[in-house]
Order: sequence, then C-alpha cells, then structure tokens
Amino acid sequence: MEENKQVYTISVYTENNVGILNRLSAIFLKRHINIESMTVSKSEIDNVHRFTFVVKLTETNARKIIGQLEKQIEVIRAFYHTEDEIIYQETALFKISTEHLYDEEIQNKLKFRRAHIVTITEDYFVIETTGVKEDIDKLYNKIKPYGMLLQFVRSGRIAITRPKMAISELLAEFNPA
Amino acid sequence: MSTQTQTVKKTSSAKATTISGAEAVIKCLLAEGVDLMYGYPGGAIMPVYDKLYGYQEQLHHVLTRHEQGAAHAAQGYARVTGKVGVAMATSGPGATNLVTGIADAQIDSTPMVCITGQVASHLLGSDAFQETDIIGISTPVTKWNYQITKASEIPEILAKAFYIARSGRPGPVLIDITKDAQFEEIEFYYKKCTSIRSYRAIPKLDMSSVKAAAELINKAKKPMIVFGQGVILSKAEVIFKTFIEKSGIPSAWTLLGLSALPTDHPLNIGMVGMHGNYAPNKLTNECDVLIAIGMRFDDRVTGDLNTYAKQAKVIHFDIDPAEIDKNVKTDVAVLGDAKETLAEITKLVTKNTHDKWLQKFKDLYAIEYKEVIEKSMFPDNEGLTMTEVLEEINKASNNDAVIVSDVGQNQMFACRYAKFTQSKSSVTSGGLGTMGFALPAAIGAKMGVPNREVVAIMGDGGFQMNIQELGTIFQTEIAVKVVVLNNSFLGMVRQWQELFFDKRYASTIMDNPDFIKIADGYGLETQKVSKRENLAAAVETMMRSKKSYFLEVVIEQEDNVFPMIPTGASVSDIRLS
Repeated sequence: MEENKQVYTISVYTENNVGILNRLSAIFLKRHINIESMTVSKSEIDNVHRFTFVVKLTETNARKIIGQLEKQIEVIRAFYHTEDEIIYQETALFKISTEHLYDEEIQNKLKFRRAHIVTITEDYFVIETTGVKEDIDKLYNKIKPYGMLLQFVRSGRIAITRPKMAISELLAEFNPA
Repeated sequence: MSTQTQTVKKTSSAKATTISGAEAVIKCLLAEGVDLMYGYPGGAIMPVYDKLYGYQEQLHHVLTRHEQGAAHAAQGYARVTGKVGVAMATSGPGATNLVTGIADAQIDSTPMVCITGQVASHLLGSDAFQETDIIGISTPVTKWNYQITKASEIPEILAKAFYIARSGRPGPVLIDITKDAQFEEIEFYYKKCTSIRSYRAIPKLDMSSVKAAAELINKAKKPMIVFGQGVILSKAEVIFKTFIEKSGIPSAWTLLGLSALPTDHPLNIGMVGMHGNYAPNKLTNECDVLIAIGMRFDDRVTGDLNTYAKQAKVIHFDIDPAEIDKNVKTDVAVLGDAKETLAEITKLVTKNTHDKWLQKFKDLYAIEYKEVIEKSMFPDNEGLTMTEVLEEINKASNNDAVIVSDVGQNQMFACRYAKFTQSKSSVTSGGLGTMGFALPAAIGAKMGVPNREVVAIMGDGGFQMNIQELGTIFQTEIAVKVVVLNNSFLGMVRQWQELFFDKRYASTIMDNPDFIKIADGYGLETQKVSKRENLAAAVETMMRSKKSYFLEVVIEQEDNVFPMIPTGASVSDIRLS
C-alpha cells in the first residue's frame, strides 16, 4: 500500500557551526527529497540555530529523516509537524512601478489584505505582506495579471507549534552539567 | 564539565613556550594514545610531516603507496584492535583519495580519524593549487568533519574528533587543517573530550523495553538471533555468549558479525544474507521471535522486505536510534550499548533450551552440506575451488587466523568457509563492498595484532585495485600472507551475468599479468598453485613462513557461490544451485 505524501514542517535545532547546512541538506538529498522552503535563524537559546524546512513526504520517511537528522553530532533535536500542528507565517515583498501607486487595484489590496507599503521612491514602491502560503499566493495572483510587478520575493516559513515543544527543557536535559 | 584533564604542556616555567599547529597535531595524537598511523605526504600537509620527523620514536608513520591504501590500512588496524585508526593525507587529490576508505568506514561503523592538509586560509575558495572542498565532499560519508583555520582550534577539535570517532556507534571523522594553521604558533594545552552537548553517544537504557523483550523471548517457541558487528564494537562477546547459552537461542551472524562467537559454538547456526547459510535464511521466515542484535537489516541480509520475517515478533537491540524501524518494523526496540543491554536481558530471560527447533537448523544444514558444501570441498572437477583453499588455511592456522577478505566471490567463500576461534578475526568491506580493500586492510590488521597470522584473501580483480600496496609490504617487511584466488574473471559479476544476463560476459574476463613476477619484484616469498596435490603443502609453507608471503591459487574459472538469494527475492526462496 502506497503511503500518502503530505507537507511537513521539519524544525532542527543545531549548534551554530560552518557546514551544518550542508550536513542537513545532504540527508534530504540522499533520499531524493526536494526542499520546498527553508529558513535559518538564531533560536530562543543562545548559540543554538533553528532550521525550518518544508518538505513533502510520507510520514514513514519523515520519521526516518528525523532519525538521520538527530544522528548528526551537531544536531540537538529535530521535530516534524503536520500543517495542523503548527502556526506559521511567510513574508513576501512586491516591487511595483510608482505610476501604479494610485491604481484602484492596488489601493483595494492595501485596504483589504494585510499588506502595507514599506517604501516609496520616485520610480517604485514596495508592498509587504505576511500570511500563510495561500494569502501570499492570492495577493500575487491579484497583482501579477496587471503587468505592474517589477520584482517579487517570498521568504521561507517560520513556524511555531501548537503542541508544547519546550526545546529549552530538552536542551537542559541534554546538558546536565 | 566533568572532563578529565590531561596536560601535555612540557614546561611550567614562567615564560610560556609555544609550538606550531603542526606540532600540536602530533601532540594531540600522542595524547590520544596513537602510536601508529598511515599516510602520504604532500604540499599542504608538509608542516605536520616535518614535525613528525622529530617524533618518529613515539609515533610510527607508515607510508602507503596511495592514500586509499592509507585509509584502508587504518580501517584494518581499527577493526582488529578496536582502537581508532588514523590516516593522513595532503589536500586535493590526497584528500579525495581517502574518500572511498572514509565511506567504507562510515557504512561499516569503523572508528577512524583522517587528517588532511588544506591550502592556506587566505586562498580558500580561490581554486588554489591542490585545493578541493574536502569538507563538502566528505560530509555525507563522515560521522563528523571540521575545517581548522586557526592553530588555537587544534587541541579542542582533535580531542572532539577522537571522542566522536570512538564513542557510541563508531565512525570516521575528517579534520581538514589549513597550511597557515599548521605554521601558526600556539600555547599548547590538551584536554580530552568526554562529552558534547548536542551528541548523545549512548542512548539511555530503558528497562521497560528490556522487560518487554524478555517477556517475548521467554514465551517464544522458535526464537532466533541475528547478530552483527555491534556485539564486537561494544566488546560484548562474553555477555552475548552467556545470553544465548542461558536462553538456548540459535544464533546467526551477519557478514560483519563474523567471529563474535566461535564458529564451532553449538548455537552458532551460520551466516544470514545473500550468500549466507541455508538454514538461518530459510528459518528467518519460520521463527516466532526474531532478535536482532547490533545489526542494521541491510538489504543483503533481508532480501525482499515485504516477505521478511512477517510471522515473527521483532526485537531490535541497537545503539543507534536511527536504525530502529529503518528497514524492518520492530515490536520492541532496546536502545543502548549491547554490553549493557545484553547484561540486563540475560538477568531476565529464563534458562531454556530449544533442541527441537535447533534440530531444524541442523537438518537444513545437512541439506546445504550435501548440495553445496561437500561439492565445494571435494569437487569432482580438476579445477580448484575457493573452498578448498579456505579449508587448508583453516587447517594450517588451527582455525585461528585473522581473515581479511576483499569483495566478490572470494569474500563470500572466505566468509562462508573460514573458521574462527576468537573475536575480531574477520575483516571485510561489508556495507560498501570496496574492491581493493583487503591488501591494505591486511597490512593495518597485521600491524594491529602482530602476533596473529593475518591472511588477505582476494580475487585477481581486487588485488589489482590496490596492488601498489605490495610496496608498503616491501618497505615495512610486515609479515602479511597474501592469497590471490585467481579465476581470471571478475567472478561475482560473471556469476550474475551467467545467472541473470544470459552469460553475456561483458567486461568480466581478465587477462592477467604474471603476478608471481610482480610479487617477487616486491620482495615477497611467492608460490603459485594450480594443482590440488600441491595446495595443502603450499598453504602450510605460507602459514609457517615468518615473512610476507604471496600465494596465487589458480581457481576453476566459472565456479559459483551458493546458496544465493537473488536480488528482490525472499530469504526463504534461497537457492542451493
């Protein structure tokens, strides 16, 4: 029986060392898994970094991947979560020619979506929005057809779990001394 | 931090003395108890070699003839001693030549530290002469790796390297050191590493899992054990034997579990896997409880997973949590060091025997003996079989040689027919299947256990993959016994071509040079045997020689290894012919 693939958010807490990204991505590569998005940043603990990967795979594979990730010397803990177990946000920036600033379409978007202008120059202005993937897709699909988009960029995901995931406590348990 | 402090700094005078990073490397190795290493010099590692010159008395460096040879020699040394093997090479090609050995050590859990030179830090990324991103290249095949760009990092990083390589599930570590860091002067202070906060070498023992396992074992009517190298790596041989003798469970070894139990132990039912014994493969699909100890359910062991031990409850003892449920779904996982977990389970199992069940293994062995083993030991043909050679080696060594086998038919015959009395007596490239492994690994093995007979068994193909290491034997005068089983074919591939590719022998026929002349040129005593009546005496002469010895045996060209589980077939569909 083929197991269904679904979107998982994989959070990995690691030491902050050169080369760790390579080591983590190699584990996905080895199993031929494409990384949909990735965010790296400092975590809530000093000198501990958090990687957030979004991948599509089966739960069996997700479990195995977690095992392989946690096996890495510099990985402190790794977790996988389904979409309904997390609260997540992504950010996107839209760069648009200033001549469209007062277009009705743009003004409507700014009014009704959680979007706002970050900067305005003589030539262009930049809109920022934050939301789940679909929110950003919607805004993009609204603006794109008018041919006014000069540049568009979206971030990877940042996520927080609904269930308790007290990584600090786990870390303390790891480092009893 | 509860680390044990070990100061290697010589002076206590007010004026702190400094040493170069290169010398610090040597002092770290000495502090870790390294007295033997393998390597090959070159530009980017020259400062370390220069310092090594002054420490030759304490730290013996063996110059191999290729960096791959250095890596395999370090592996061979590690496998027979249980200590960390050390190999050193220069940047670029020196480093990349180590990679096969590193990958081999990774998949076979061999403790090894590799040190590579790197171009000066200001040149990193500039495509400098002999620059290669060995950290990037070696990442997927190392347990850990690190690039040192400052001499001050050397003591701490090397301490970590040795701790990581030898602790938990062992593995290879690569440390890349830029040339400027080797020249830079530091005040040297060494502290052994005993813990790393993000790394738990041995999982916490969970007694409830041990109890659950004991319950299953105590109720089992037809239990079977499959044990791997974990028993050897944990130095758990004694408690393992106590455990099986108390529980009376028939026990099969994997390729890497070989010699953890004496061959002639009454509960030893032989080898599982593609060319393993008939009984343990067949009865894997009849047992009611399958107890896996320190093994990882490799595809060569399980065959088709959908038909592997489906009727059995599976208990898996392992030190590596990532191995649990990786290939075979377990009912009870017992995480921990085998020495500890086996001690606990032994207390909880009831004394038992399974004579009727054990008899089934014996009955199936009788079939295998009649159909396969006897024919291979006493063939009707004029051509010699590999089995005959192994039998003579068993006789001449009282079943107590260290057998270092290569890859292919020679390996399968060696592992099927060699007999063992003590642990750490079989060294082979299991997971990676690296042809060319045996000759350099045997050099390392002999240096690790100089008082034991070490016999390298290889085919004519594998021999020529690292044939240059005869030069290392020549220079070191190490008394390795080198046996080439020459069938003028890449035998295992040829066997598959015969069985599955309509005998289309694409690129498996070998026109070989005069190996005796070559070995003679390298100063080994030599003998070539092609007739049965000369075999016993030739092996006897080789084993009695105090020097390195080269024995070529001309083997029947188209002999096959059986039994065999064809790829994708079930273990119970094992073929006898």
